[in-house]
Amino acid sequence: MAELTELLWIVAKIGAIIGPLIIAVAYMTYAERRILGWIQDRHGCNTVGPFGLLQPFADVFKLLLKEVTVPASANKFLFVVAPMLALMPALAAWAVIPFADGWVLADINAGLLYILAMTSLGVYGIILAGWASNSKYALLSTMRSGAQVISYEIAMGFALVGVLMTAGSLNLSDIVNAQAGAFWNWYWLPLLPLFVVYWISGVAETNRAPFDVAEGESEIVAGFHVEYSGSAFALFFLAEYMNMILISALATIMFFGGWYSPFTGIPVLGPMFDWVPGIVWFLLKTAFFLFCYVWFRGTFPRYRYDQIMRLGWKVLIPVTVVWLVVVAVFHITGFGPWY
Amino acid sequence: MLQIIFYVFAAILLFSAVMVISVKNPVHAAMFLVLSFFSAAAIWLLGGAEFLGIALVLVYVGAVMVLFLFVLMMLDINTDIMRQGFARYLPLGAAIGVVMVVQMLLVIGAAQITPEAGAVVADPDVNNIKMIGQVLYTVYVYPFELAAVVLLVAIIAAIMLTLHKRPGTKRQDVGKQVRVRKDERLKVISMPAEKRER
Repeated sequence: MAELTELLWIVAKIGAIIGPLIIAVAYMTYAERRILGWIQDRHGCNTVGPFGLLQPFADVFKLLLKEVTVPASANKFLFVVAPMLALMPALAAWAVIPFADGWVLADINAGLLYILAMTSLGVYGIILAGWASNSKYALLSTMRSGAQVISYEIAMGFALVGVLMTAGSLNLSDIVNAQAGAFWNWYWLPLLPLFVVYWISGVAETNRAPFDVAEGESEIVAGFHVEYSGSAFALFFLAEYMNMILISALATIMFFGGWYSPFTGIPVLGPMFDWVPGIVWFLLKTAFFLFCYVWFRGTFPRYRYDQIMRLGWKVLIPVTVVWLVVVAVFHITGFGPWY
Repeated sequence: MLQIIFYVFAAILLFSAVMVISVKNPVHAAMFLVLSFFSAAAIWLLGGAEFLGIALVLVYVGAVMVLFLFVLMMLDINTDIMRQGFARYLPLGAAIGVVMVVQMLLVIGAAQITPEAGAVVADPDVNNIKMIGQVLYTVYVYPFELAAVVLLVAIIAAIMLTLHKRPGTKRQDVGKQVRVRKDERLKVISMPAEKRER
């Protein structure tokens, strides 16, 4: 009986994470279109509902009611499985994310490793979708995306090694707790180069602008999901936005002090904001990084593919390797409030 | 409960391992290999070795198998040709298989595994990442460094094998491009305005 109640509790917690997450994805698409609209001096979607707030639901119903077509020469099984494989790791990674002090589904010791393992699985959905579609454009996109994700995973992994060296733990809650205090205690300051590398590789990992050559509308139509329609396409869309939110949440946890208030340690402002619950800060910081995603999309032109590879291998990875040595020196000398 | 989960994953592991060598489509075979890695990782997790389980997924599923799939998709493999001479090579293959099984049994057979070791791993207070790190960098530090050197040699060798210097390709030197100044590319000429004809 005790086992059953525990199981029900876990299922309820999973629901409490996934439900708001899906709503967040829906409104992320809305926010993206509005912000892009403002950046480009136009309105964006403002017709369905007040301020266009019901637009995401209209999109969802449209996609769900459309027919899912399977190309005649496609590999049927893998074609149907691929979108699920794209979504599954994007959801599973949320199990170890601490939203506030103690608000975590699975408080495991190897949390950081688990995150890296799950984010590295997302590429299977893209690769299999491209191959199973049996289409030239989809296959080209698969090749681009596969090589890009593997390259940037290395830089991202190294950047996170710096975090775990500084925090001395792989547990995400411990990493946030190690950053307790004012905002200059957070890891963005001693690990600034690693933070920049992490954020750039995070954008590249999620195949977003300016690294969105896997989609490349102007050259390869829409890339790996060119043959997908209806709800199968919606799954890819969901996975992409969930990964964006995940990368933003991770940036918050690793470098921006998770649920800690940015005003701690400041004379008047600090006590003034003491009553705000930790999750609010966590969500605000995550929202800031999500805004950056849209901001980049509205600002930067797409990279050329060889420049993407050059940036990943010849710039980001050497920077992380050098900074890991610096972090080791910090660690031995007990530098600043961080070590 | 734990036993049931173990047998489920073990059954999936064996099934997918058999499918890897028996399915015709190479991409399907690679996906079955991924499934077997996953089941093995799950069994490791059940044993309390979370570091090994997650590292298996991270390294083999997340990186190695992606590259495998990559290559398989680029190649047009005809499995019929690959299957020719199956009967001819069967005795040799079986002999090698038997030797490998004997070797593995000698190294990781039941006689080598002490029940106490299992108890240490299953203890939730033992952080097995820390334990592996400590053992790796103290007792086994020389073999560890040696393995690192061997891997480095392999990396350099692989790069050298694929590095062709093709004549006639145009390469961009990014440093040069960045160093370019305006007056190297642009010339501003002052021209007298032409009189408009009336």
